[in-house]
Amino acid sequence: MRFVLLTASYRATHRTPVPDFINRCRGILILRPDLLYLAGPMAALIHIENLSRRYGDHCAVEDLSFELQPGEVLGFLGPNGAGKSTTMQIISGVLAPSSGRVRLDGIDLRQDPIQAKSALGYLPETPPLYPEMRVDEYLRFCARIHRVSAADSDHAVARAKARCGLSPMGSRVIGNLSKGYQQRVGIAQTIIHNPRIIILDEPTSGLDPNQVREIRSLIRDLAEACGVLLSTHILPEVQSLCDRVLILHQGRLVYSGPVSQRQQNRLLVTLGTDGDGALLADLPGVSAVEPLDPRQFRLTLAGSHGPAEIAEAIVRLGGRLCELRGDQDDLERIFSQVTLGQIAFDQATLAERIQ
Amino acid sequence: MIRAVAGRELRALFLSPLAWSLLGVAMVILAWLFLVQIESFMQLQPQLVAGASELGVTDLVVAPLFDSGAMVLLLLTPLLTMRLLSEEQRSGTIRLLFSAPISTAQIVLGKYLAMLGVFGLLLLLIALLPLSLLLGGTPDLGRLAATLLGMGLLLACYSAIGLFLSSLTEQPAVAAISSYGLLLFLWIVNLSGSDDRSGLFEWLSLTSHYRPFLDGVVRSGDLAYFLLLIIASLLMAIHHLESRRRGG
Repeated sequence: MRFVLLTASYRATHRTPVPDFINRCRGILILRPDLLYLAGPMAALIHIENLSRRYGDHCAVEDLSFELQPGEVLGFLGPNGAGKSTTMQIISGVLAPSSGRVRLDGIDLRQDPIQAKSALGYLPETPPLYPEMRVDEYLRFCARIHRVSAADSDHAVARAKARCGLSPMGSRVIGNLSKGYQQRVGIAQTIIHNPRIIILDEPTSGLDPNQVREIRSLIRDLAEACGVLLSTHILPEVQSLCDRVLILHQGRLVYSGPVSQRQQNRLLVTLGTDGDGALLADLPGVSAVEPLDPRQFRLTLAGSHGPAEIAEAIVRLGGRLCELRGDQDDLERIFSQVTLGQIAFDQATLAERIQ
Repeated sequence: MIRAVAGRELRALFLSPLAWSLLGVAMVILAWLFLVQIESFMQLQPQLVAGASELGVTDLVVAPLFDSGAMVLLLLTPLLTMRLLSEEQRSGTIRLLFSAPISTAQIVLGKYLAMLGVFGLLLLLIALLPLSLLLGGTPDLGRLAATLLGMGLLLACYSAIGLFLSSLTEQPAVAAISSYGLLLFLWIVNLSGSDDRSGLFEWLSLTSHYRPFLDGVVRSGDLAYFLLLIIASLLMAIHHLESRRRGG
């Protein structure tokens, strides 16, 4: 669904809870008795323009611009020290930018910080927990400072605990919980006030594989109704969760695009025996062969040749074909390409060894 | 919002043994001082009666108690105020407050309100000591009220200064030491001499503004001094937190 139709009787203010289906739309069409007009695209949840942040001479973030749309999970990648956490802290109002603008749900963070931040849930790298408090007390406090009314806060606490698998832990002292549970308390804190924008800085660090799976499915649920900005070092996590990825390197945005792209003219071929690589170069319609390991090769096709003809040709030439599939520009490749500036160093050495 | 921050702070203070032990230690020391004063008053009483002296129990017991009590509390307050903001900055929980829809002023005022709560309780307990004299004598109640007001303002001032110094550093111990330094300096700054040129030091000193309250004198100048010190400390704390956000 791209657009939603609203009639004049629907009065939307920022206080009214917005139904989930509207959050997922790209625009609103408003129908009034006298005229029909398009309200235009809905404001991006996070809108960042030319953001920079300097610490003395060191520039942690430089001229960064991007947007986060409703219903989107945006992966935020980069080597350590690339400026991911700094950017996230700026968006959440913990740090002020040296220059540039941040708008949250259409509201400028500098002009109206209180209103802008009320749509935001933020989990820093280390969860901001008070170890001496009990889980329930802590979450109730978080609800209160996020403007959940006293009457609703018990309900909000119970809901956040249930979503994060903390229900039996309410009366435990936070300092005595395991790291995994502390991380979950941190996530519960982030979602307690039903924010439309959720910023998670490495949410799955320190969790065991089962907990990681639970947190991932929670993030997927959350993305139904809001926008999620997620930073992590785990590339498969980005691949399984994110719609789009931003890669930051030395404070600059070096890649912005979908997580993976199918490459039409590239094939991955795995052969059954070593040393058959030579015959691939003789295939009709193959313009380049790139060995990945002794039995696996990446073929670049020329012209109108398709996978079927290649497979047939390999078998005809006596090759033992084990696998043939379309190649994807995977994230690891993109990541090392943009952050190291060299395309897969190991592949070059591997090619040498084979020859 | 301010109430939520203050409530959390009070809960954290009373969940840890710190607040309880400080309240306990303060009360034991003050009660001991009180008893010592009473005893010396009992020894002096026959002479006072014989000499038809105007000095009474308020002069000889209550005033000395609050005079030395101010010093005892000066040694205890920085231990309570040191971790107010420094601990939050060190452990990163300040990020929770900064990313929440509340202003820096609300954070600082919430913390300050929690301190006032603790010291209000302490003041109430301290007030019970001189009020117990009602059982066997007639202390000057008006003068006692002035004394308590002075003590209250002094404690409010200690905690505002402690809160400000706690915003400056991530190390609670550094905050405590600098609070001791500043408070003791303000306490003794009028010792520099009594000639005309020391007027500024006299004005700066906490002592010279606190002692009149013990004599039952409430001067608007003294009130203004304390309020000024409190407001300035709080404003500087707010400003400093804001500039940390900008400067990192």
